Amino acid sequence: MKDTENVQMTEALAPIQDMVRACIQCGTCSASCPNAFAMTDTPRRLWRMLQAGETQAVLNSETFALCSACYSCTLRCPRGLPLTDAMNALKQVVARKDALRFASGTLFYRNFMESVRRHGRVRETEFMYLYLMAMKNPLLPFRFAPLGLKLFSRKKLDFRLPSGGDARMDALFHKVRELENTP
Amino acid sequence: MTYLYYPGCSLEGSAREYDISTRSALKALDVTLMDIPDWTCCGASAAASVSTLLSLVLPARNLALAEAIPGADDILAPCSACYLNLKKAEVQARDESERSRLNAVLEVENLRISGRMRVRHLLDVLSRDIGADRIREKVTAPLSGKRIAPYYGCQCLRPYRVFDDPERPVSMNALIEATGAQVFSWNMGAVCCGASNMSTHAAVGTSLTTAILKAAKGADAIVTVCPMCQMNLEAYQDGISQSCQDNLRIPVMYLPQLLGLAFGLPRADIRLDLNLSEAGAFAAGPAQAER
Repeated sequence: MKDTENVQMTEALAPIQDMVRACIQCGTCSASCPNAFAMTDTPRRLWRMLQAGETQAVLNSETFALCSACYSCTLRCPRGLPLTDAMNALKQVVARKDALRFASGTLFYRNFMESVRRHGRVRETEFMYLYLMAMKNPLLPFRFAPLGLKLFSRKKLDFRLPSGGDARMDALFHKVRELENTP
Repeated sequence: MTYLYYPGCSLEGSAREYDISTRSALKALDVTLMDIPDWTCCGASAAASVSTLLSLVLPARNLALAEAIPGADDILAPCSACYLNLKKAEVQARDESERSRLNAVLEVENLRISGRMRVRHLLDVLSRDIGADRIREKVTAPLSGKRIAPYYGCQCLRPYRVFDDPERPVSMNALIEATGAQVFSWNMGAVCCGASNMSTHAAVGTSLTTAILKAAKGADAIVTVCPMCQMNLEAYQDGISQSCQDNLRIPVMYLPQLLGLAFGLPRADIRLDLNLSEAGAFAAGPAQAER
């Protein structure tokens, strides 16, 4: 990571560092996390890395990308820390950084919100189409084919073509961006 | 009893049967649902991964729309993710400075949130407002001998402790028993189904779902109260059975579908044919209590 980028990222992580500053490293979060088995760094280790200001290590970790927002850690944390919110905040940082390594999650969420911006409500079929196109992996659609077939046979696929919609949520999305960019 | 009804996007698409059965079961229980015109997406699990403010503004918009409708103070949401997002906005809006921040955005649509609405999950309304006794009164086709595994998932229970124990939930037990069925005793009811990891990190999501399906062996059906849980538990059963070399196929249905069966509602009001698992077989087949 370049120095300037490192400084930027450290700044972006500062509010998240605050969220976990009171962590006492008891590990209740890791023991409660249903996805911890798949993580190289458990949630407890991630909080420690944040506390120690190890920006690079935090961003290299896949821990937050694997969070499925079950809120078990948040519920059980003896310090009452908003741990699931911290995981979400980390997802936001990498989404803004456009880290390609996290494409599967970042693009999934971004294309979901794109469908909402266009139509107000998510069109499931359009969203999956946008996601699969953005992933640029010709094999990925096949993984979803059996599900698509099941949905198709129950007339649950939406055959309206992806469209710009009426962009009805534009004003709202725009205002959110404006407020977020003013400190 | 009157509630404002927020179905959410899934209930217009892949979870249509949840919408249909919720409306018909509640109608049978003499509950009136009022639609919120022009409702939009609650942000799902996606908005919070993109922007915190957006993740609050999207549900707040719907609360503001609901406030404008006189005659009810409670919004009923059947989807657990919608419920949690709307609930978060409700809680945030209690704080004055947070409320004015939300209103600063909603202003662009000439909307305002005052914080009047209370957000309720379908299970909350069924278990506390309606209750097992009133459900029992409506049962005409008791599901005797069926063993039902109650699956709650996460977001209707956590992080907000509202109507049930967030780790050892029991609110569905009395409702299942009211239909004449038995509660299948297991400890997976509040364990995560894998949620969006099923799409973004398939191997990880699948291992959670597999554990739940394995634990459900011996039950006649799993009952859910969330479209995402429902999708994860029922859509991948073939592949999971294959890779485990074990038949883990089991009917999975929404709680109001189970109630609808016990109420003897017509098939068109329950739509088990829309479920991705063989839920239809549950309705047709004999009880497997002696298995």
